[in-house]
Amino acid sequence: MTTRIVELRQGILKKNDELARALRGRFTDAGVLVLNLVSSPGTGKTAFLERTLRDLRESGAKVAALVGDLETDNDARRLAASGAPVRQINTHGICHLEAEMIGKHLEGWELADLDYLFIENVGNLVCPSSYDLGEKVRVALLSVTEGEDKPLKYPTLFNSADAAIITKIDIAEPCGFDRTTALKNINEIRPGIRIFETSAKTGAGMTEWLAYLAEEKSRRA
Amino acid sequence: MHELSIVSSIVDTVTEKLEAYPGARVKEVRLRVGALAAVIEDSLQFCYGIATDDTPLQGSKLVVNIVPVLMHCDHCDEDVEIASLQSFRCPECDEPVSDLRQGRELEIESIEIDEVEEKV
Ligand SMILES: [Zn+2]
Repeated sequence: MTTRIVELRQGILKKNDELARALRGRFTDAGVLVLNLVSSPGTGKTAFLERTLRDLRESGAKVAALVGDLETDNDARRLAASGAPVRQINTHGICHLEAEMIGKHLEGWELADLDYLFIENVGNLVCPSSYDLGEKVRVALLSVTEGEDKPLKYPTLFNSADAAIITKIDIAEPCGFDRTTALKNINEIRPGIRIFETSAKTGAGMTEWLAYLAEEKSRRA
Repeated sequence: MHELSIVSSIVDTVTEKLEAYPGARVKEVRLRVGALAAVIEDSLQFCYGIATDDTPLQGSKLVVNIVPVLMHCDHCDEDVEIASLQSFRCPECDEPVSDLRQGRELEIESIEIDEVEEKV
């Protein structure tokens, strides 16, 4: 018997990375801005996305959404109420979306007809951060009910985000939300990140958010 | 927890690599995992035991080498290792750093195998 060391130097998620790169190329060619929304369960991601889809449609933009869910299709049904095309991706217990699932669920959609495509990831702040979905903008969401130290607890996600959304800002006061600390913590993990303080209920912060989307679209898509 | 998907992918990659070494037995699989790669070593080890069962990797050891986070500090114009994942600041000048150069790696570095010597 001889012992031998075999060098591999191979990325474990190589297959996903390659698929994501191909998707990114397709999105760029089609001129659609793709966003990947990541948060814990209960952050109000679906309500925020519903409001975003509705406001964008009212402004004349063409939008669509893919929604990752462990088992149910409740979120997809809620989002479809906005009038935008929505597809459900049932992960059957997998805690994150992968590039392959995105590719499969785009079949039949004319990407060139879209301005924005939103991907609502599975509610989880750890696993989705390892998987590139071909998005241009990764968005981390945090609600005022979750505690200001959440970004410090999940640096892997917040550090990989391009934008951060604070949701449910309308109930910040009764929740005792410490805004200064929250903003400081997000900036400590991801210096210079764009932060939007929003409420799906009152529409607070939506103007700034929509302006950012338009800016990103003209700059990157 | 996505460590099981990660370990399954390791098993697939290594099994494929072993085709070039018929009859070989895997002793060790060495990974390079960035401190920002979002995987927990304990979970990896736990899943590894389950996922390698009845595969050519059964009984092998998983070695996880953690790769520190390196950020480029524009102010100092050099790559610096941050002191903690809770604060992305340059340890030299305390300026915020956002340009990641290393720390998200998730790769199989090498495997150690026992080869069966060919009978003459
Ligand atoms: Zn410095």
